[in-house]
Formats: sequence, C-alpha cells, structure tokens
Amino acid sequence: MRLRRPGVGVLILALAAACAAAAQTTAPPAFDELLQLLAARRHGHVTFTEVQQLAMLDRPLESSGELLYDAPDRLEKRTLKPRAQTLILEHGVLTARRGHRTYVMALRDYPQVVPLVESIRATLAGDRAALERTFRVQFDGTLAHWTLRLVPVDATLAGAVKDIRIEGERDAVRTVEIRHSDGDRSLLSIGPEVPP
Amino acid sequence: MTRPGVAGTLIWALLLIIAAGIAARATYTADLSAFLPRSPSATQRLLIEQLRTGPAARLILVALEGADARTRSRLSVQLARELRSDPRFIAVNNGDSASLERDREFLFRHRYLLSETVTPQRFTVAGLHAAIADSLDVLASPEGALLKPLFTRDPTGEMLTILEALGPGRGPRTTEGVWSSRDGARALLIVQTRAAGSDTDAQQAACDGLRRAFASSLATIPAADRHGTALLMSGPPVFAVASRAMIKGEVMRLSGVSAALVALLLLCVYRSLPALLLTFVPVASGALAGVASVALGFDAVHGITLGFGITLIGEAVDYSIYLFIQSAAHWRHSVWPTIRLGVLTSICGFAALLPSAFPGLAQLGLYSVTGLVAAALVTRFVLPGWLPRSFAIRDLGAPGERLARAVQKVRAVRGALWLVPLLAGAALYVHRGTLWNRELSALNPIPAADQALDEQLRADAGAPDVRYVIVAFAPDRESALAAAQTLGALLTPLIDQGVIGGFESPARYLPPLAVQRARQGSLPAPTVLSARLPEAVAGLPLSAARLQPFLLDVERARTAPPLNSADLEGTSLGAAAEALLVRSGGGWSALLPLSAVASADLSADAVARVRAALAQERRVHAALLDLKGEADRLYSGYLSEAAQLAIAGFGAIVLLLWSALRSLARVTRVVAPLALSVVAVAGLLVALGERLTILHVVGMLLIVAVGSNYALFFDRSSAQPRQGSVPLTLASLLIANTATVLTFGVLACSRIPVLADLGSTVAPGTLLALLFSALLARPPAPPDAAPTGAS
Repeated sequence: MRLRRPGVGVLILALAAACAAAAQTTAPPAFDELLQLLAARRHGHVTFTEVQQLAMLDRPLESSGELLYDAPDRLEKRTLKPRAQTLILEHGVLTARRGHRTYVMALRDYPQVVPLVESIRATLAGDRAALERTFRVQFDGTLAHWTLRLVPVDATLAGAVKDIRIEGERDAVRTVEIRHSDGDRSLLSIGPEVPP
Repeated sequence: MTRPGVAGTLIWALLLIIAAGIAARATYTADLSAFLPRSPSATQRLLIEQLRTGPAARLILVALEGADARTRSRLSVQLARELRSDPRFIAVNNGDSASLERDREFLFRHRYLLSETVTPQRFTVAGLHAAIADSLDVLASPEGALLKPLFTRDPTGEMLTILEALGPGRGPRTTEGVWSSRDGARALLIVQTRAAGSDTDAQQAACDGLRRAFASSLATIPAADRHGTALLMSGPPVFAVASRAMIKGEVMRLSGVSAALVALLLLCVYRSLPALLLTFVPVASGALAGVASVALGFDAVHGITLGFGITLIGEAVDYSIYLFIQSAAHWRHSVWPTIRLGVLTSICGFAALLPSAFPGLAQLGLYSVTGLVAAALVTRFVLPGWLPRSFAIRDLGAPGERLARAVQKVRAVRGALWLVPLLAGAALYVHRGTLWNRELSALNPIPAADQALDEQLRADAGAPDVRYVIVAFAPDRESALAAAQTLGALLTPLIDQGVIGGFESPARYLPPLAVQRARQGSLPAPTVLSARLPEAVAGLPLSAARLQPFLLDVERARTAPPLNSADLEGTSLGAAAEALLVRSGGGWSALLPLSAVASADLSADAVARVRAALAQERRVHAALLDLKGEADRLYSGYLSEAAQLAIAGFGAIVLLLWSALRSLARVTRVVAPLALSVVAVAGLLVALGERLTILHVVGMLLIVAVGSNYALFFDRSSAQPRQGSVPLTLASLLIANTATVLTFGVLACSRIPVLADLGSTVAPGTLLALLFSALLARPPAPPDAAPTGAS
C-alpha cells in the first residue's frame, strides 16, 4: 500500500527546521556557510505550532507541541494539543503512537519520500550537491533574513508537493511552509528552545 | 560345464529376466520422500502435508540482476506479465504499482466487510464522533497523505484499520517501481506455483517455464541494455528439482567411477579380461536383484537407494575375488563356508536397517540384503561352472608372501593398538558436547552457496522461513475460515502483549460469511446514518454535508452481496488466502503462520502461551506446529532409532558368530578388531570436526558387517592352518578390501551429504578392520606350515 507521500517530508522538514532554529552562530551570508552551521548542530529541543489548511475541512487543523533532534538521524515530533500523539523517525523507520495504537512504517518502502528525507539530510549535512540532486534550490535574502525555496525535481513528487519554503533569521529557521499541488498547505512555526 | 552348473545357469538366467522385468516397471523417485517417515504420527503427518502441499513449498523467489535498475524494472514487469498468463503459477508478485493498486482497490471497495472495527457501536453518534476525530488526528500526521484522498468516503478510517492489521510494510523495498533487494541491485519477484511441492515433475515444468519466460522477456529488451542480466531462482520447488537432478547425476557418475576403479584394480591384479568380466557377473546380478526387491517392497525406488547401492559393487566383487585367488581346490570346502558366514554377518548388519522408519535406510537394507545374497549365490553356484578349464589368473603367491612378512613385522608393534581406543576415546570426550548433528538440515543435499542465496533472497523479500504455523481443522472450507476468524481474535491480544509479532490469516482477506453478515448488520440505513452525522461531527472542523460519499459507500456495502473467493481473483491477496486454505484428507485446514517479535524464532515462553491460548478455545480444533522443531525431532528420532538398530545389528552379528564358531576366544578375536575400527573411525571423524549424523551411525554398523569377513578369514587361517594358503588369503583380503575402500571412498566424495557421510565412515573403517584383524589374528601354530613369517 504505497499511498503516503508528502506527510513524512513535512514532518522531517519541520524537525530539521527546528534543529536549524536552535543553531546559534555568526557567519557570512552565504548558502554554503549556512549549511555548514546547520551541520554542526548535534541536538535540538524546541516548541512548535502547526496550521494545516485542507480544502475539505471547514477550519484549519491546528496543533502544537515539541520537536526534538539528535544527530545524525533521530527526529521526534511530540504533539501535545489538541490530542497527544508522537511521531519518531529513527534509522529510517517512522513510528506513530496514538493512544494505545502504534503504527510503524519503513521509509525505504516509500521511495517517493526518500528525496525529501535526503534533502533534509543533505541540508543538515551541508551537502549542497546532494540537495541539488533532488531540488531546484533557490537561496534568497541575507543572513539576517533568508528564504530557501525547494522545488522537487522528480515529477512523481511534484504531483503532491508543489514547493517548500524555509525562512530563517540569521541562522535560525523560523517557518517551514509546504504547498501541495491540490492547494492544501501547511505552515510550521518554530518557537523558542525548551530549556533542558 | 557340469550338470549342476547348467541347472544353476538356467535358474540364474530365469531369475535375472524376472528381476529385470520388475526393475524396468518400477517407479523411481528422487524427491524428499526418502526422508519422510513411513508411518508418521499425527504431528508428523501435519509436517509432511506442509512439506508436500503447504504454501511455503510452492514459493519461488526470483531475482533479476545485471544491467541497470531501469532495465531490471522493465524486465520484472515483462516477466510478471508473462508468468501471470501461465496457468502453472497461481500468484506472481513483483511489487509493480498496477498490482498494488488492484490490492488496494479491493481492500478499499470491501472495507466495511473486511475491517475489524465495523461494529454497531462504531456507527452510533458517539462512535462516529470518536472515529472521525481519530481520523482527523491521522490527517495531521504523515499517514494523513494516505487518508486525505479517501477521507470523505472513509471518514471513520476503516482502510487504515485494515492496513494496520495487515502489518507494516514487511515486503521488499521498491526501486524503479518494482520490488528490489535491499541494496537495490536486484529486482525481486515472488511466485507461487499451482502444483504441490511434492510434485517434482510439475515443479520442474514450472522452473523451466520460468526460465523460458525470462528468456523471452529478455528478448523484449534492446540488446544494448541487457549487459550481464541474469536470472536467480530459489525456494523449495527449485531445491526439489535441483536435488533430484543432483541425485540422478551423482548416482550415474559415482557408479561409473566406482565400477571403473574396481575394474582397473582387478585388471592389474588378475591380468585377465575373462576373470574381470566374470567378476562383474555376481555384482550385476546382485544389483538387479536388489533393485527388483526394493521395487516389490516399496512404492518407489529412491535415487538415494541406488546411490547407496554403489557400495554393493565393492562388496559383491569380494566373493569372486576370494574364489579366483584362493585356490579353487579349496573353494567349496574351505573358502565357501567362510564366505557363507561372512555373507550372513553382512546380511545381519543390513537386515537391521529393514525396520527403520527412515525409508531411505529401509530401502538400503533391503537392497543390500537381496543384492549380497544374490551375488553370493551366483558366485557359489553359477560362476564356478563357467570357469574355463584353462582359467588362470596371475599367481599372487609371491606378493602374498611378501605381504605376510610385512604383516608379521607390523605385528611386533601391535601392543600400540591400546593407544587406538585411548586416543579415540579422548577425541570423543573432548568433543562430547558437539558429537551429534541433530538437525534435519544435516541431510540437506543443497550446496551451502545455494542455501546462502536463499537466505539472502528471503531476507530481501521480507519472506522469512515460516517456522510456526497454527493449523485449524474443519470439515469444510467455510468452517475453516470461521476457525481462522476465531483464532485471529485469540491471537490479536497476544500481539498487543508482545508475545508474537503478528500472524497471517485467510479470514483477513475472506472473512467467514457470518462475520460479513454481522458487519453488514452493523451499518445503519441511509436515513439513520444521515440523521446521526451532523451530531457526530459537532465540534469537529468538518461539516456533515461533505460526507455524502461516505453515506453512498456505506449504503453500497450494506446491500452488497457477501465477498467470495471470486472477488479476490487477480489480487495478490487472493493467492495469499488460497495458500492459507488447504484441502486435507476429508476436510479443510486453515493455516495461520506466526511471526516472532524480533528474531525468527518464538521464545519457549511465547510458544507455551500460544499453546495455552489454543487449549482454552474449545470451539476450534487447532494445533501449533513448529516446522523446524518437528523436522528436527523427526530426524532426531531417526538418529536414535538408527543407533538402536546398529546396536541390534551388532548384537545379531555377535550371536551369529557365536553359533558358528562356538568359542568365546574366537568370537572375541573376530569382534575385537571390528569394535576397535568403529571406535577409531568415530574418534577420527569427531577429531576432524565432523558432527555425527545418522549415516555415520549406519556406516559404523557396516564396518562391522563388512569387516567381519576379513576377521573371519584370519580366524580360519589360524583355526585350520592346513586349509588354504595364508599368503593367498592375505592377498585376496587386501584386494577385496581395496575394492571396498575404493567404492566407499568414491561415495565419500559425493556432494550428497547422506552418501558422503556413509562413505567417509565405511572407507577408513573397513581399511582399519583389515589392518586390526591382521594384527590381532592368532598366528597359525604348526612350525612346518609355511615358510613365511605368518606361521
């Protein structure tokens, strides 16, 4: 059953953004140097709010919670409101926990998702070449306020995800906006770091 | 030719024609039947049924390698298309989106009949509210992408329930739109044959069909893209076909090599072509008689039996060797009685195998008993009449005397023989923990490389070897499905408790009628449902008006005819359901393969808990079958039975010797070198790192049965020194022994483990038996008997 497409990518982008937000360094306003700083980040723990606008719903879906990251490949999204659910991505396996039910999926079974994962891995690793294999990447603005616009190169992905916009101030990611080709969109806003 | 000689020849010719007729009409097999018990217990019958007709026995794993991923994908799609139109295959899966789409389409269309959460409570206002709220949660998460296009038709998330029940994607990974190995370097297909696993001819046809389909699929690919493409196949049908071919090939090759070596040996010794040809008369007669007797005594003659039968060459030539070498004058009065006793002891050894539950051994026993009797009778009553008056072979007196002197020299160090049991005992003691190989795989003729490929493909395909299966028995198909449904309800809590990882059930794809009716009965009428919806979505970011498609789908499901197996046709789920529902005996069985939580094996505790759960459910007659455990127990049973039979055979030989020799000292002198050889060989094998199997045990019995002939000749030489020449006896024994060692040695080189084990035991064992017999024999007393040191 290979139906799932962009959802995982949304999550991962969000988590990556969270990590990026946590990075605090100064560097010249260059894309390559930004990526280097992101790669240097080992841990992150921030709050988030997310608004998803779906055409079939009367109101947007709003949720909030915390995001955690441990280098190199563990990402966790703990939704606290409106209802608790936990999503953990570890070693390429996504585990969703809702109430007493657990659902497990291996990302390797979903090649559509892999470019998205790879783009994030590449972003975190500062691997510009890998990033540009999957996306057409556009870096705009200054280090004080920059925008990364990612457009999937792969046609199968393009059907679901139109583009991804990551905005940041200096080296902290503030928002991740994903627009789907059917008009649905989601906006993830990163809040402050959660003190340990 | 004398009158009795003519009569003997006529009787021989008549019997030979009859035996040839029987052998020509016999059925020959080379499947796994040689290893299956003749009168199985109830559990063993289940095991055998699984091995013969079970779904696992019909599974072929296909891998395509070489070229690039895109080409492999095209090849996979083309091959799947060809195989799907081939009636020899009931299921062909390659993970292409079209077949996945068909499965998904089926599940979605029938979701209200298939989903376990469809109950009356689910469709109350409160139930609908909770289910829709859950679905909205999922919508906000990664799986939301799965649900989103279906949401207005399936707001209660039944599709997700079904997919969760089917388990996470344990299937292979996908590369270029088709299944591939984990590293992406091979495209994978999983194919199920229509024919049962036990039908080797049909499996051979299926394998050939697959290869042809690959060749014609390859022809559709431009030649420039094909570089290095290859087809790999694995799985029980492939193994069955390969091992049959191997057994056939090995039997032909090994008997040819054995016969050639023995012929070469005898030609060197006799320097006479007529003598050589005459030598093979008893051998051929014995082999023919052996095959005919097995054909009469069993349903079919197994290829492995013919493999074992090669050893008959090495033994049956002995009799004519004794006849030709040891002076014909002494033949009837002196040599023949000793041969007769030797034949009887050999027969004792082989006859001990007759009651074995392991058909391969029982056939070996019958074949050898008949073969040896026939060979001995031909040597005694037919061959002497055929010897031309001028018959002469090279005089072996001189080499015999040299041999006797050599033996005399070596006898000086015979005190060192005490070291043999000491060293062997030490080896056995050191390796006492790993003495026995108790796994059935010890008999597996499939080369290790092929087994490794199978393991790799299985891991890639996410199709681990099924070890635990629950078998539910029912009088008909529908009640088998009902039993599977009941068991499913029993097993689900065990998954939640982490006792088992999951299970498969035919009722997942084809719920029993009663369950389907109950689920349909849970669905409210359209007016009722549309009245409940606005209340149910109150407080949710959703208006009931958007859920019109939901109302339509529920009404369609409520009034639809129940699902039957025809609806499943064309989906991979249909094949899965088909494979898990088998007709057996007078009834039907539903199979529920279990998977473990992490590793391949369930813990003993988990097995006990599953069994306890089964015992509590009295409405269903079901049993948990541990396929590997049962197979190993079966083999372990063979092993201990073989040990008992070997001891019984040994006992019978000792009794026979006692009744013939009537002297404790003489019996001891005959038996001691044999026992010493057995101990030495056991120690040697173990010291070389072998773990003893059933055929090693049988081999030890054969050391005694064959080696007793040598010991008896030494006994005769010392008891009746005036009859026969000691040097000639020694020479004939050495040549006879060499022939035996040659044939068993050839067997030891076989790629088939059962043949190799037998050969590697008997070849060194009989050599040692001759050596030890020579060393331990009492030298003849009279000082004037012979000028050699042997006197």
